[in-house]
Amino acid sequence: MNHSCNGKGSMMSTVVMKSSGEAVSDQFPAGLRVLVVDDDPTCLMILEKMLRTCLYEVTKCNRAEKALTLLRERKNGFDIVISDVHMPDMDGFKLLEHIGLEMDLPVIMMSADDGKNVVLKGVTHGACDYLIKPVRIEALKNIWQHVVRKRKNEWKDTEQSGSAEEGGDRQPRPSDDADYSSSANEGSWRNSKKRRDDEEEGDERDDSSTLKKPRVVWSVELHQQFVAAVDQLGIDKAVPKKILELMNVPGLTRENVASHLQKYRLYLRRLSGVSQHPNNLNNSFLGTQDASFGTISSINGIDLQTLAVAGQLPAQSLATLQAAGLGRSNTKAGVHMPLMDQRNLFSFENPRLRFGEGQQHHLSNSKPMNLLHGIPTNMEPKQLANLHQPTQSLGNLNMRVNGPASQNNPLLMQMTQSQPRGQMLSENNAPRVSRLPNPLGQPNVSNGISDGLLGRNGIAGSNRPPAYNPVPQNSSLFNFPMNQTTDMSINSFPLGSTPGISSVTSKGSFQDEVTSGIKGSVGFPSYDIFNELHHQKTQDWEVTNTGLTYDSSRHANPLQGGNFDVPPSVLVHQGFSSNQQSGQSRDHSLNGKAIFSMGEGLERGNFQNAGQHLNNLLVDNSIRVKTERIPDASSQTNLFPEHYGQEDLMSALFKQEGIGPSENEFDFDGYSLDNIPV
Amino acid sequence: MDRNHSHRHLAAMKQSLFDQGLLDEQFIQLEELQDDANPNFVEEIVTLYYRDSSRLISNIDQALKERNSMDFNKLDTLMHQFKGSSSSIGAKKVKAECNLFREYCMAGNAEGCIRSFQQLKKEYAALKKKLEAYFQFARQSGPSETACRPK
Repeated sequence: MNHSCNGKGSMMSTVVMKSSGEAVSDQFPAGLRVLVVDDDPTCLMILEKMLRTCLYEVTKCNRAEKALTLLRERKNGFDIVISDVHMPDMDGFKLLEHIGLEMDLPVIMMSADDGKNVVLKGVTHGACDYLIKPVRIEALKNIWQHVVRKRKNEWKDTEQSGSAEEGGDRQPRPSDDADYSSSANEGSWRNSKKRRDDEEEGDERDDSSTLKKPRVVWSVELHQQFVAAVDQLGIDKAVPKKILELMNVPGLTRENVASHLQKYRLYLRRLSGVSQHPNNLNNSFLGTQDASFGTISSINGIDLQTLAVAGQLPAQSLATLQAAGLGRSNTKAGVHMPLMDQRNLFSFENPRLRFGEGQQHHLSNSKPMNLLHGIPTNMEPKQLANLHQPTQSLGNLNMRVNGPASQNNPLLMQMTQSQPRGQMLSENNAPRVSRLPNPLGQPNVSNGISDGLLGRNGIAGSNRPPAYNPVPQNSSLFNFPMNQTTDMSINSFPLGSTPGISSVTSKGSFQDEVTSGIKGSVGFPSYDIFNELHHQKTQDWEVTNTGLTYDSSRHANPLQGGNFDVPPSVLVHQGFSSNQQSGQSRDHSLNGKAIFSMGEGLERGNFQNAGQHLNNLLVDNSIRVKTERIPDASSQTNLFPEHYGQEDLMSALFKQEGIGPSENEFDFDGYSLDNIPV
Repeated sequence: MDRNHSHRHLAAMKQSLFDQGLLDEQFIQLEELQDDANPNFVEEIVTLYYRDSSRLISNIDQALKERNSMDFNKLDTLMHQFKGSSSSIGAKKVKAECNLFREYCMAGNAEGCIRSFQQLKKEYAALKKKLEAYFQFARQSGPSETACRPK
């Protein structure tokens, strides 16, 4: 709509139509289109005024249903949604889920309730932030970052998918990113390049446009095709590549499928056993779907879901894991059952075709980060403390609170156990902490190893409890390899092998953690750590993530320090002491030849501490985790390439073990991030 | 000057509200939002608050009448809403009473709930009166105008 070529200083002088399209004007964040939903008229009016004062374009709505209608009518008409948690017609979390699935917009939750559980719920459902009422204008001033972050992730995903010319063609995201992400872009380029090289799947070099990819909206038919393909392959074996082939939809990329698959899996998990989602909640919108949704999720316990979300653990993996507890067949059944229902769930009315990255992110976000379930909540308090920034940005949600492990996840349980040890969010790292370091990334590997690691280091496991990363970024990170690896892991996932779960989760969590790590830090802007990492903005990250600082010395926070969002898996892998923090993942990649893009992404310099630690820890080259090369997913630590043999991981882990927590303390002389062979 | 005088007086009124713990920082946030486009923003918000919350108050009153089978969950939910509203205008004491009420709710203490709600209503009404006086005075003082009020 408006085409103003402002010559405003910034480079991009394009103003994309405000009502549609994703680009932002040069004046960004001014003009950000916000939809605020709250049944309290007083709060609504105050928020509107505050947002207007921030120069945002505000639409207010006092009912959730109305909000959804509005969002559907005006596709791409909003950049971000702020919603209250307690509303009479629909639970705020439900709305959050819907938005995540249908529109994939960043959603900020708010409530007068600052209870840890509620905030955690926000995280697990994928909220990108959580504000405590009364909301101050300062808290609202920064909400644009969530929009940017999400876009960056999508962008990254696009790149990840292997655009052939990524390195060269990649143009930095225009406008919004220009200013603050220039460095990131470079990082991403570099990372993506590396990733490309390392990617196991070289196939997906779709030529997705480097820049913003059009969002694919998963229409009913498309989703049905998707589900059919998944059914055909078997939930355990459904890898994006194959699904894509089966679907045979022109224009659909593997990333789209991958991210959608992730979301799908999360849904399955939810259906199967998320006890937190009472069925009645589901009834609001999707009607029957909801019902089924609720039931299913309750089965699988949230942990897996969280894991899935965080680590992008494919739903299948989760299902598998769960099955482990229940017996494989059960899981499958459980999983399949929801498939049908899933269809319903996915049959949104939006005809929009959305390419999945965003969705994927969203999925991860929306999925409860219950990864930490079962993880003793000792971390929580700390985390919360950390998280509790003055601005009530609990949203940073680094809190990966390890909720009580929900059902069936023996693995998770285990994880939790180890978790308390060290890291759990003990410190600021809350976000990260929760992630179980999953160097193994793959569930398989972790089984044995993680146990060992966890046991040994105590911290290792705990370092990254499955992170609840609502941050979408994570999903992107694991976008690629994740699918693959996870698939693999699922198969090999030993029943009841807890470690596996940890690893799995960690994987997922890594991303989350990474991002969350950054976010988690107290008080710092919730930049996704991941983003930071990817963009090699470690510097920023470091600066901002005071909380997250990688405290080698601090075991507890594996995720600490925003140094790097070392994917939890990495941490585990390395047996890192709690300090594994992102650094681990990075090192991991470095050493183990793992393709942790982290190394790349993370500025070597910045992560020195982390990286070093990781390096040392990662010394093991055996850990070649070809984890997805998620752009800058360095933290992600391409933990586990599909073929990551358990043996490899085991050995890696064991080797790592040698490195105790103390290792964290020192700089890894041998390994500087620079040396990371990426 | 009268205007200065009345402004000072207004400021003193406000200050006393803060000193008495009736208002908190959030109220200042609201004032900061007030601008030329919305010169009476704070007053509008407070008016809206009192209008909307009276509905909540009567709902809570109703629920509290069931002395024998008090629905604590419902009460808690209602009070949660009320607390959210009250905190958004900076009603400090009222908010504190809300918290107290919720504690009684969680403890299943019906008597406690009733008592604390009585107290809450008192605080609520007292604040309303004071704020009304404050706004009236503010309007008379004409903050943005150079009205010279005759003595």
